[in-house]
Amino acid sequence: MSLLTGVGARPVSAPDKRPDDSRSRRRWLPYLLLLPGGAWLILFFIVPTLQLGATSLYDPTGSVTTGYAMTWEFGNYPDAIAYAGPQILRSFAYAAIATVIGILIGYPLAYAIAQKAGRWKNVLLVCVVAPMFTSFLVRTLAWKTILSDNGALVGFLRDVGILGADGRLLATPIAVVLGLTYNFLPFLVLPLYASLERLDTRLLEASGDLYASPTRTFVKVTLPLSMPGLVAGTLLFFIPAVGDYINAALLGNTNTSMVGNVVNSAFLSRQEPPQGAALSFLLMAIILAIVFTYVRRAGTDEVV
Amino acid sequence: MRYRSQPPLSPEAAALLSFTRSSLSRRTMLRGALATGALAVAGGTLVGCGTKGAQQTEASCVSEDLSGTEKTLTVSNWPQYIDVDEKDESKRPTLVAFEAKSGITVSYTEDINDNNEFFGKVQNQLTACQPTDRDVIVLTDWMTARMIRLGWLQKLDKAKMPNFEKNLLPSLKARPFDKNTEYAVPWQSGLAGIAFNGNVTKEVRTVDELLTRADLKGKVTALTEMRDTMGLILASNGHDPSDFTKAQFDDAINKLQKAVDAGQIRRFTGNDYAPELAKGDIAACIGWSGDVIQLGLEDPKVQFVAPDSGAMLYSDNSSIPNKASHKANAEAFLDYYYDPAVAAQVAAYVNYICPVSGAKEEMVKIDPDLAENPLIFPDDALLGKAKVFKALSESEEREYESAFQKVIGA
Repeated sequence: MSLLTGVGARPVSAPDKRPDDSRSRRRWLPYLLLLPGGAWLILFFIVPTLQLGATSLYDPTGSVTTGYAMTWEFGNYPDAIAYAGPQILRSFAYAAIATVIGILIGYPLAYAIAQKAGRWKNVLLVCVVAPMFTSFLVRTLAWKTILSDNGALVGFLRDVGILGADGRLLATPIAVVLGLTYNFLPFLVLPLYASLERLDTRLLEASGDLYASPTRTFVKVTLPLSMPGLVAGTLLFFIPAVGDYINAALLGNTNTSMVGNVVNSAFLSRQEPPQGAALSFLLMAIILAIVFTYVRRAGTDEVV
Repeated sequence: MRYRSQPPLSPEAAALLSFTRSSLSRRTMLRGALATGALAVAGGTLVGCGTKGAQQTEASCVSEDLSGTEKTLTVSNWPQYIDVDEKDESKRPTLVAFEAKSGITVSYTEDINDNNEFFGKVQNQLTACQPTDRDVIVLTDWMTARMIRLGWLQKLDKAKMPNFEKNLLPSLKARPFDKNTEYAVPWQSGLAGIAFNGNVTKEVRTVDELLTRADLKGKVTALTEMRDTMGLILASNGHDPSDFTKAQFDDAINKLQKAVDAGQIRRFTGNDYAPELAKGDIAACIGWSGDVIQLGLEDPKVQFVAPDSGAMLYSDNSSIPNKASHKANAEAFLDYYYDPAVAAQVAAYVNYICPVSGAKEEMVKIDPDLAENPLIFPDDALLGKAKVFKALSESEEREYESAFQKVIGA
């Protein structure tokens, strides 16, 4: 804001008949520009968040019929943790594993597209983004065909003995983690690509000239330079993955449900909105805490 | 490790940046604090009060009927739930005929995709006894039951609905949640029962086989719809799904839990079980008749079985919400769809169980093959054993759903 006004205020040397008027207009301009975004945020983020926070403190003995009284029931939080502890842990575990796999797949991919693809660059980028043109649900359902008990993949894994004769992938934790990895991979690849694309290759040459091994060049030059992309990418991957419930619902079993599934059942099946709201809030708080620690340690403050 | 990622800045740029940051933080600190305070106050008022009770009664929410002067009607239904013209998808022949016959202009919208979602859409209006701008809404049994319980629906004047009185299938009369058949008019019905894929397993006839047969281990799914899954298990225990005790429900839940613990049940599904059943990943499951008929058309070895202990009969019901101002028009509309000839036209298009007796004879004229399909026109033996789930009070509903959700992992 002050950058805008500061820079804008300098060329006042131009003749201006009503300097006061134009100055006050300039002062208000940034706020005016903020208005659409700000209104959007208040209407669709702040108000619902407050409403959700309020719901999480309602008297849990209320119901739709009798209404919910606001009793500042902070006990809803420990109760929610007691109810959904395993699912909360599972959500973070699955999302973390999926993020690691995502980096292992996504980093080389982004690097190849950014640095080595040449004229295929755009085609490859489209290939990364194209699956997102179809719905999330359809993409997840497609995995049921890929991982089918009678499909080629499971057949191969059975033949080489990785899976037992009766082994399967569908309705296992493996399927859920694979689904998460697949569905959120583009969110990781795109920011990574953006920062790797800007990579100055002369720095890599310089590193080689100074007798650094390729590994050392990667660790000391490439990786640090791509850190903003990596941090942004992992956040964009990890956060929605933690809250996801579609993958667990379609690819998992009764022992793979994540916190999103519990929130869903609290609101829609069990009709316990205070518990669902408390879980949503908890999830938000934990994710915020993780994000702040992570960004601090990774040292890329321009991401947040 | 701290990585510095930006390229080094020129001194001017660095100075500018640091100036911006510090001045911004100092100058805006106070404003920020003020804004936060304002938000907290606004938030406090938003947060401070709870929600109002939603219960209405005939006395507390009186609706006015303007049908005498306004020849219009607004209907909300699920997508693809009515006949359309083969040449022009936007034309609905039965609806056009109704408009011509009655002089009522119908605004027909396919805006119901999910019971819960629709409930959320109209909840605020119906809680406050305000119009939803809809005269007819179509919802599944359990949601209709909830709305009846909340006093959100208008009582039908059956004197104005002779077709409905005469032609409603006997199994759908006096259902537990609508004992006097005065709120809910079944639009289409379906059965929940057992489905199996004959390519990968031999016939499955009973729920007990489904839950215990060793060769099915890990190849069985059940529905996340509590009433369908639990209803079938209750019936298999010899109990009546339309009238059972808490102890009987607990028995059924234990039976289900045992099957889950044994690894017999692979997972719980919505209607996404269909492709897996077709491929044979699922050998047998609890499923819905409509889906399974569709699969059976492509592969006759995929079959639907209504277990001898009894299948579950569910319906989507039309009803008239409070403050709908064209009640008489709505009654004329619903009664029109209980004319067997009209019902047959709809049934020929949607392929669910037709709730109108006499429609089968009319169907022979349209499509003799469909008239013979037992899952559109089930015989009395099948329907006689089919049950409608008990009407639950709000606390029972929460208690039973909680127990069920615990078993399915959420």
